[in-house]
Amino acid sequence: MTITLTGISKVFGDFTAVHPLDLTIPEGSFFALLGASGCGKTTTLRMIAGLEEPTGGSIRLGDEDITGLPPHKRPVNTVFQNYALFPHLDVSENVAFGLRRRGITSVRKQVEEMLELVELGQLAKRKPRQLSGGQQQRVALARALINRPQVLLLDEPLGALDLKLRRQMQLELKRIQTEVGITFVHVTHDQEEAMTMADTVAVMNAGRVEQLGAPDELYERPRSTFVANFLGTSNLIEAEITETEGEYLLLKAVGTDTALRLPAERCAVEDPQAGGKVLVGVRPEKITLAHAEDADTGSGKGSADNRLSGRIRDAGYLGVSMQYVVDTPVCPEFSVYEQNVERDARLAPGAEVVMRWRPAHTFALDAAQDADAGTLEDSL
Amino acid sequence: MSAPAVPASAGAPPPSGPEPHGSGSSGPSDGAVAGAAARPRRRLTPYWLLLPAGLWLAVFFVAPFFYQASTSVQSGSLEEGFRVTWDFTNYTDALATYAPHFLRSFLYAASATVLCLLIGYPLAYMIAFRAGRWRGLLLVMVIAPFFTSFLIRTLAWKTILSDAGPVVGVLKSVHILDVTSQLGLTGDERLLATPLAVVCGLTYNFLPFMILPLYSSLERIDLSLHEAARDLYAKPATVFRKVTFPLSLPGVVAGTLLTFIPASGDYINAQLLGSPNTQMVGNAIQKQFLNVLDYPAAAAMSFILMAIILIVVSVYMRKAGTEELV
Repeated sequence: MTITLTGISKVFGDFTAVHPLDLTIPEGSFFALLGASGCGKTTTLRMIAGLEEPTGGSIRLGDEDITGLPPHKRPVNTVFQNYALFPHLDVSENVAFGLRRRGITSVRKQVEEMLELVELGQLAKRKPRQLSGGQQQRVALARALINRPQVLLLDEPLGALDLKLRRQMQLELKRIQTEVGITFVHVTHDQEEAMTMADTVAVMNAGRVEQLGAPDELYERPRSTFVANFLGTSNLIEAEITETEGEYLLLKAVGTDTALRLPAERCAVEDPQAGGKVLVGVRPEKITLAHAEDADTGSGKGSADNRLSGRIRDAGYLGVSMQYVVDTPVCPEFSVYEQNVERDARLAPGAEVVMRWRPAHTFALDAAQDADAGTLEDSL
Repeated sequence: MSAPAVPASAGAPPPSGPEPHGSGSSGPSDGAVAGAAARPRRRLTPYWLLLPAGLWLAVFFVAPFFYQASTSVQSGSLEEGFRVTWDFTNYTDALATYAPHFLRSFLYAASATVLCLLIGYPLAYMIAFRAGRWRGLLLVMVIAPFFTSFLIRTLAWKTILSDAGPVVGVLKSVHILDVTSQLGLTGDERLLATPLAVVCGLTYNFLPFMILPLYSSLERIDLSLHEAARDLYAKPATVFRKVTFPLSLPGVVAGTLLTFIPASGDYINAQLLGSPNTQMVGNAIQKQFLNVLDYPAAAAMSFILMAIILIVVSVYMRKAGTEELV
């Protein structure tokens, strides 16, 4: 069922955890609330579950207003961050807990089916403390799903698992969601997790939703520096709009005469005017790197590309790709990822290079915001 | 630490490898010598740690225990001296004569334990979950009575429950004393020298021993378990019945044992707040030891008391099934 949050907010003392927020979560979707810790995502989830009372606003499930309902009366179930399995009950009684509370006595068949779905059939008689983290996570999922909730809320469900298990569970969760067709609302601080699983991601920052959309849309066309930096990595260049040319904007990097181009629709500034300041962004993997000696040979083919020259400061081998840090006059640390297909041996620290990327891979953001928002340095 | 690691990695390829063994081999022998010297000492450490308590218990518990056990099967008199005659009539006589005392002891102790649980559980729950910043202060208040001696506090209760005191006055005016005397708990419109007074004194004196273990088991319960239960359609009362209470059972068991065992052996409360009709087995043992000077009878009664407590506790522990809990 569709969840509609209207002007929902939460204030703890003099700290506003969630600013008035409007959010519609469509039925059957896998919806992720993504953000750093303390951004209000878990509070938002807990308000939907009924575990936190909103300071203002309303929550509707379908057509029903559930704002004032206590948690045990909401057709919503939660998978808690630390799983919160009942330590005194075995796996099957943990899973049966919700059914029993609703007065259903013949639970065995349903419990067996649910444990089958999460592939834990043989562990039904174990106590939670006899299970591994991944198994506990599955029990928590089964315990919530068996109630056939209208909405399943997941609060950092994979946070306690190691990387490999986390990857595996991401796919598993996605499979289960497709199988049962229930709306999943997933809270996470892991951008990769959100992008892998969710149909729609809401990026939250300081109690507000920064941007909402499909993962590829958020990644390809961020609307704020926070989103640009929090989802993956972005290179941001301060630039000034010089003129509009049809559907394109022409810009000049501040303090240099480096010319840049991008489609006007990829500019997050409303009604961009010549002379306006923007931050021009490009993702590291969209850039091709060539040694300065070769740079002009391909000028015919890629002449419409944006170009920037610089000097390699650092090169790191990542297996799948090489990561270069390039010093340029417009931006001190330009990040470039190159696939490890045909490595040019000359691309070593100290080498003069030319970077090229297509205007269609370029985006522009309002310059009146912190260019470092959402980066690791910003959160420290 | 690095010394043993070097030869281990060097030893991985077969010995035909080009590596010279001379320098590497000094590592393991050094490590082995140091390890051999340290290990026996480390193995003895637990015994050294046991020693003070072990000695203490041997001198002040194990030795008196066997001394009393032998006394309990002696016969004779103080003037002629006592001799071990394996006289088990000490036991049967004690049971025959003092059966009402034994019965009263366990009845009063059980009543006090139930009252402690009824009073202590809500308080421990409140301190553990709802006290916020008052938690520390409330815990100090729970143990504050220990700053005054047990004897003085019990004497104070004598004044509180006295015939002319406010408690009796209030209870009289609302006719509660009529009800309790109908039940045989009080008599003659007074509280002092009644079973109720003894049970009240026991309850008061042992309440902290109930509250503290209850608090520590409740306090350990992860609050997200409450949230999970509420999320899974449990009403607040059901959350308590199905999650909080079962998880606090270790505290309930510890608290009831810490209350029941000392209360059933207590004689101060019965002495100061009771009457000859409310004497507990502790009073009888004290009288035999100190007034009658019939040491064998007194020792036999002590052993009967101990045996009954052991049986009651082991049955209770089995029923409570605490080993099932976390």
